Amino acid sequence: MDPLLELDSVNKRYGKKVALKDVSLSVGQGRIIGLLGSNGSGKSTLLRIAAGLLVPESGSVRIKGRRPGPGSKALVSFMPDRPQFESWMTVGDALDFQRDFFADFDADKSKRILEFMRLSRAEKTVSLSKGMQERLQLTLALSRRAALYLLDEPIGGVDPVARDHILDALVEFYEEDSSVIVSTHLIADIERIFDEVLMIREGSLILQEEVEQIRLNSGKSIDQLFKEVYAEC
Amino acid sequence: MTIEFDNNMPIYLQIMNYIKLQIVTGKLGPGEKIPSVRELASELKINPNTIQRTFQELEREGVAESRRGLGRFVTSEDEKIMTIKKEMAAELLERFIGGMRELGFDNGNIVKIVSDSVEDGPRETEGNQSGPTA
Repeated sequence: MDPLLELDSVNKRYGKKVALKDVSLSVGQGRIIGLLGSNGSGKSTLLRIAAGLLVPESGSVRIKGRRPGPGSKALVSFMPDRPQFESWMTVGDALDFQRDFFADFDADKSKRILEFMRLSRAEKTVSLSKGMQERLQLTLALSRRAALYLLDEPIGGVDPVARDHILDALVEFYEEDSSVIVSTHLIADIERIFDEVLMIREGSLILQEEVEQIRLNSGKSIDQLFKEVYAEC
Repeated sequence: MTIEFDNNMPIYLQIMNYIKLQIVTGKLGPGEKIPSVRELASELKINPNTIQRTFQELEREGVAESRRGLGRFVTSEDEKIMTIKKEMAAELLERFIGGMRELGFDNGNIVKIVSDSVEDGPRETEGNQSGPTA
């Protein structure tokens, strides 16, 4: 069976700045994966390439064996790190928009997530706090029955309590045969939900490993390992 | 149920220990049904794959058994439960004795301290006996 996501020697540059350097990786089914790296290390670029929103300069990207395009976008649910709804929208409008765009939108699931996130359809998106905006973003992404969810910093702007709630939502609503890639630089709070982690530094992938294996072999938490790896540079 | 997880240790081992403790203390009775992967995952807020692995290991050790279509159950063999209890006690002892030796106590002293302590009831010297609580 084809892996869900496969990158082979992917390179990406913004002008002179190298964003991704020779990144190869493979992601299987039914996994929650942490994409870890400091700010500017290339996490968002990697997710955007996997989502088919950016085109790499060289290298290949395959989603279930397909090249990025309308076919692959139907399989991938991407949550950007900035709000993707317009200021005139209510929460309900944003959800309806998502429903109209994606055939795999699950109205029933969406309703349950909305309740879990304590959001109401009537609320105006402009009046949502940053934390509530993130919850809405996640609701939009998880309301789809996608094969691959790409979540860019879903817990970046929220306090620890809200963070826990968002993580709970992830565990609760992710489909067992799909996979989730979550980018973050806040590791301690979230590492309990990962199967494996990808560590990226200055555009290069430096590690892909099972988290329990890391704990077993090194006796260290992922957070600790991350700090050691990034202290070197 | 709640577990205070230690991120430095494999989480599946911590959940295994937790479930064993529940069994040994009778909170999960012999032959009783164990919550499903999904239930436990959302209760402990842990990745379902980790729970799956926990259950596989528990089955491998004979602590739990799965019955097709019915779910997973605690072993109904009292002997097995006694064995788990002994294993857990042995682990505690090993840690304790190791710690006492590190403090420089010899075997005779360790035995004396333990027997004094048991007779007097819990004393402060027990307070710094640390380790994973799951």
